[in-house]
Amino acid sequence: MSFIRDTLVVFRRQMRLSLRNPAWVIIALIQPILYLALFGPLLTKLPATAFGGSGGTAGSAGYKFFVPGLLIQLGLFGSTFVGFAIISDWRAGVIERFRVTPVSRLAIMTGRVLRDVLTLLVQAVILVLVSVAFGLRAPVSAVLLSLGFIVLVAVGLASVSYATALTVKSEDAFAPMLNSVVLPLVLLSGIMLPLTLGPGWLQGLARISPFRYIIDAMRSAFRGQYATTVMLEGVLVAVGLAAVCLWLGSRVFLRENA
Amino acid sequence: MAIIEAKGLARTFKSRKRTVEAVRGVDLTVQDGEIVGFLGPNGAGKTTTLRMLTTLLEPTAGSATVAGADLLRDPVGVRRRIGYVPQAIGQTMGGTDPNCLVQEELLDQAALYHLDKAEALRRAEQLTSQLDLSGLDERLVKTLSGGQRRRLEIALGLVHQPPLVFLDEPTTGLDPQSRSNLWDHIRRLRSDLGTTVFLTTHYLEEADALCDRVFIIDHGVIVAEGTPDELKRRVSGDVVTLQVNGAKRRASELLAAQPIVHDVAVSDDGALRLSVFHGAEALPTLLRVLDDAGVTMHSINLSRPSLDDVFLTMTGRSLRDDSPSAGHGKATDAADSPAGTRR
Repeated sequence: MSFIRDTLVVFRRQMRLSLRNPAWVIIALIQPILYLALFGPLLTKLPATAFGGSGGTAGSAGYKFFVPGLLIQLGLFGSTFVGFAIISDWRAGVIERFRVTPVSRLAIMTGRVLRDVLTLLVQAVILVLVSVAFGLRAPVSAVLLSLGFIVLVAVGLASVSYATALTVKSEDAFAPMLNSVVLPLVLLSGIMLPLTLGPGWLQGLARISPFRYIIDAMRSAFRGQYATTVMLEGVLVAVGLAAVCLWLGSRVFLRENA
Repeated sequence: MAIIEAKGLARTFKSRKRTVEAVRGVDLTVQDGEIVGFLGPNGAGKTTTLRMLTTLLEPTAGSATVAGADLLRDPVGVRRRIGYVPQAIGQTMGGTDPNCLVQEELLDQAALYHLDKAEALRRAEQLTSQLDLSGLDERLVKTLSGGQRRRLEIALGLVHQPPLVFLDEPTTGLDPQSRSNLWDHIRRLRSDLGTTVFLTTHYLEEADALCDRVFIIDHGVIVAEGTPDELKRRVSGDVVTLQVNGAKRRASELLAAQPIVHDVAVSDDGALRLSVFHGAEALPTLLRVLDDAGVTMHSINLSRPSLDDVFLTMTGRSLRDDSPSAGHGKATDAADSPAGTRR
């Protein structure tokens, strides 16, 4: 099918450009690893009750709680920032050049998204391995499931990031937009500490963040619980989010005027 | 055969505060194998028209057939058959990624047109030799000179051997040597491959040197069309400047009586300025008339009006005044380019 072939053409080009300067793949990992090293140990000393356990300190349960959050945070930052690159591509005239060829205009987005998903997967695997070194113990199936969640999050967020960036066409406008959206999402997702520690109004407010459901589902899997309502909610929210964002993104790339 | 046929092509941009009619009904026909120039000041509607013809912008009215495909019904068909080289100045550059290798750009472009690998390699090799890019395959685009990068961008527009290629300000920003070099390449496109070339330009000498036919667009409508020579003749004919020895009044009367002369004026330095049609053919007649009357001259000069004069006559402004640095140019430029209008 020509759409898939076109996506692969764009993917190969973007991957080649990324590999030409692979440093940033590692740089993006510095932040979560610092969290793991300098914040993670705090969680292991919290009372186990904070994470739904009973008696004593949390110990490795702290990591089971924290690593899913870090994975989502990695996805949130990694995927929402990809839009910056398409602004410079637009400025170089590359987007316009592609749009005048018979290549699928949607592939201009999906090829990039595919590259971003692959990059994020590599980063996520490295982060999980480092976490294991720090003391994470989790079932392999839970890790694989989490990677699946990460892929859905990355597909959705990267699409919206490209679409938004290509609409505003200015780094100066895009950067504050990102900050004002991503930070509240991170805080309301209970990435650092359990939301159950917070007051009722905060817990209620956190229900608007889709990532909160996804993180809860991942944590449930890390504890070895798969057949739960939390898991079902997480899967539905992740699939729904990816679908809606992909649709929003494709609208921008498929419109006749850009 | 017509390769471009546009009727009533129009584009209106709406923003919250105002509506800008960037192009207000353009009719144009371009024949197969022509090199056609599209001239106009910033904000006249050049780029908007070009973007409509290349499927980057949907017309708000009108219709067109481009390279045998209907612009509105079959935009992908149009894209398959045209080459497009974006302008390399202003908001967006010419379409190459500074961090790509020259060879990669050519092969990627071929893949976008669905050429197979062997064909892509063959075309890349052909184009690098045709456009003097040999030996630069493994160079990053950002290390190329301005002229080399522009030639690469033109090569990208030609990868799939389109019968029609659109060049948006192909030589703007290049030094004179690179410019005349590029002109040779553009001429060869037509002479060697029969490619039709539709270019926009700011430079009248470029239109004069390169184009078979010129369209002048102003305020979103085409105000003049013809060969550069036709357009120049339409202004006021040619100008003959004579310096006679004495008997200035008599000479002036004699010449004014000639049917080929339609105006005589005496300039500040005492020379006679004659407006004549077909100046080259008129000269022998003028010389004989003066000789018969016994009037002697010590100089005679024939000058043809430039396209700049045409432009001035048609649009009331000179192209040269309309440099991008001019203050008013900015605002109209924004109206011309769709990206400048947030929708």
